[in-house]
Amino acid sequence: MFVELNNLLNTTPDRAEQGKLTLLCDAKTDGSFLVHHFLSFYLKANCKVCFVALFQSFSHYNIVGQKLGVNLTVARERGQLVFLEGLKSAVDVFFQTQEEPHPLQFLREANAGNLKPLFEFVREALKPVDGGEARWTYPVLLVDDLSVLLSLGVGAVAVLDFIHYCRATVCWELKLRILWRRPSQPTAQRDQSLTYQYKIQDKSVSFFAKGMSPAVL
Amino acid sequence: MLDSLLSLGGLVLLRDSVEWEGRSLLKALVKKSALWLVYHDFFRDPLNWSKTEEALPGGPLGALRAICKRTDPGPVTIALDSLSWLLLHLPCTTLCQALHAVSHQDSCPGDSSPVGKVSVLGLLHEELHGPGPVGALSSLAQTEVTLGGTKGQASAHILCRRPRQRPTDQTQWFSILPDFSLDLQEGPSVESQPCSDPHIPPVDPTTHLTFNLHLSKKEREARDSLILPFQFSSEKQQALLRPRPGQATSHIFYEPDAYDDLDQEDPDDDLDI
Repeated sequence: MFVELNNLLNTTPDRAEQGKLTLLCDAKTDGSFLVHHFLSFYLKANCKVCFVALFQSFSHYNIVGQKLGVNLTVARERGQLVFLEGLKSAVDVFFQTQEEPHPLQFLREANAGNLKPLFEFVREALKPVDGGEARWTYPVLLVDDLSVLLSLGVGAVAVLDFIHYCRATVCWELKLRILWRRPSQPTAQRDQSLTYQYKIQDKSVSFFAKGMSPAVL
Repeated sequence: MLDSLLSLGGLVLLRDSVEWEGRSLLKALVKKSALWLVYHDFFRDPLNWSKTEEALPGGPLGALRAICKRTDPGPVTIALDSLSWLLLHLPCTTLCQALHAVSHQDSCPGDSSPVGKVSVLGLLHEELHGPGPVGALSSLAQTEVTLGGTKGQASAHILCRRPRQRPTDQTQWFSILPDFSLDLQEGPSVESQPCSDPHIPPVDPTTHLTFNLHLSKKEREARDSLILPFQFSSEKQQALLRPRPGQATSHIFYEPDAYDDLDQEDPDDDLDI
């Protein structure tokens, strides 16, 4: 996780907010560093994380995660991380028979209907385990990213319904935090809106006020 | 006018945008008019994905149509949050027919039991839809409230269509208090306007220069009366069109000296003939 970003957002892993939906948007640039930041942030906060990764492979996130101080393989083995590797499991939809609908079942349908199987995967992954002691602080859903769903033919209304159900069931019932990434659309900010510029280095990101000259940095 | 919207009956369309949200006003209007509130929660499972028996049949549209069949004589306000959700999930015609059926219940002929006035208050996020569906709902509405504002102060532009009367429109500035009560205001409040810092006076950049940039009165007059050489004024135009008689044409007086050889065939004297 990037400490400077934590300072800007005024959070630390031990006092992060619950029950919130955060949308990460990028336009004409790559905002994937934010996904890596939040993934490592919530793993360090000892949260149960469900990561629907449609954009990159597991090893990619693992390599970047190691630079940020988290080991995804270990997290997955001990049950902290539930990882849906979209790139790999999409093939399973076609070549393996499933009893229950596969989370990416919409790939098989002529009209990509709805994302109910994906929602049920998320709900199943994040529901609290009965009988065991509470090992994890609170559940987090991370989706990277929604534009892949749109590219695969899922309608915008279906994606909105999926977000709605995730919010309603998961944010309200289970009090967790959802993070998404989607293609940028213009949104007006009524509440406090802060703009910064950033520069990505090898293992960190530095943020600075808008308009600073490159000679000063 | 804003607080008496629901007394007119029919469909009241509340049009909001991302910049000026309307849900707070919807809640404030519901709070103002409701004596008895029945809450249909379609937030948790609007599409009946959980397949529980407690879900109302037909989903939100079914619930809306069920209200059509009521026999309660009292006036009723139906608040919909939001019409945009219904418009995204249902054909526009279906929604319009359902809204028309609900909001015109009190004028049904041949009904034995008189039914009280029905108001339907629908929230519409107009940026989500094209002009067609928005126009259709707008034509169905007896009252349209479009939210806007300036400099942090919200306003509602209210367009009222009464039968056999000219439509009236007015703008009402308002704010919603934390307890969802409606606070009507005269205009945008002065404090919300950004004012320049009174402690920093505007700086005159010409004060501390080593050269003089100021003009005296005479110099300023001379500058103002100066005619630019290539500016085509009416006087110049007249002078060109009518050359004044007696205007001296120019002459060239040439006196050749000893070395000049005015040979027209070889003026530069470099032909080797």
